[in-house]
Amino acid sequence: MAELNMKERQAGDVTILDMDGKITIGEGSVALRSAIRRLLEEGKKKVLLNLAGVGYIDSSGIGELVSSYTAINKEGGQLKLLNLTQKLQDLLTITKLLTVFDVYESESEALNGFK
Amino acid sequence: MPSVTEETTRLVLPSRTESVNQAATAAGEVAKRSGLDEEAAYGIDMALREAVTNALVHGNKRNESKTITVIFTSSPGALEIEVSDQGNGFDPGSVPDPTVGENVLKSSGRGIFFMRTFMDEVSWSRTAEGGTMVRMIKHT
Repeated sequence: MAELNMKERQAGDVTILDMDGKITIGEGSVALRSAIRRLLEEGKKKVLLNLAGVGYIDSSGIGELVSSYTAINKEGGQLKLLNLTQKLQDLLTITKLLTVFDVYESESEALNGFK
Repeated sequence: MPSVTEETTRLVLPSRTESVNQAATAAGEVAKRSGLDEEAAYGIDMALREAVTNALVHGNKRNESKTITVIFTSSPGALEIEVSDQGNGFDPGSVPDPTVGENVLKSSGRGIFFMRTFMDEVSWSRTAEGGTMVRMIKHT
């Protein structure tokens, strides 16, 4: 089984990635990087990462979230995060990244947050 | 009859990404045998993954002819983990604080910060061969 599974949904011009698994060095980080790269190539610049199923992330995975954020911003898009587990929220807090990312607990609120 | 008060587990792993999971699995088993709670075991898992990743990427530079050695020593009151690589040494002082200023948005450089966050003691030294050994302790 893949370390990280992703399902893609579309809500208007926002692409939602439902993620399930681990974002760690190797397969998980690479899968996220590839997905974001592909979405940008397809012109999809508004991305909502639903992280409810991501129970584990390491510094490589955190780095990949940051890279995704900067890559999408650079293209004039927006990346938002949905449904963080407590562990991921704690990691983003100690790394001071919680203030960088737009984080939501409700999908409809997150979708409304896109301009 | 003397009771067993110390247990040592030694792993010698190839410089491959899969070794990170292998080391973490072993850490989970050691933590369980040591009676550590879930939170402590999670912290050890996080710190060890970062230490092995550093040995793999920065120490051995993914050279598969080089190995990573992990030694767990469990004793009453503490779990000690040593991770050694066969690289050219490393100065932990050269790594900037990832939580300050523009470093917050860097895509790397958080591994050592996580190791220090999740373990009670972390120190670095050079191995006899010139590689890096990181020693981490969790008090139980």
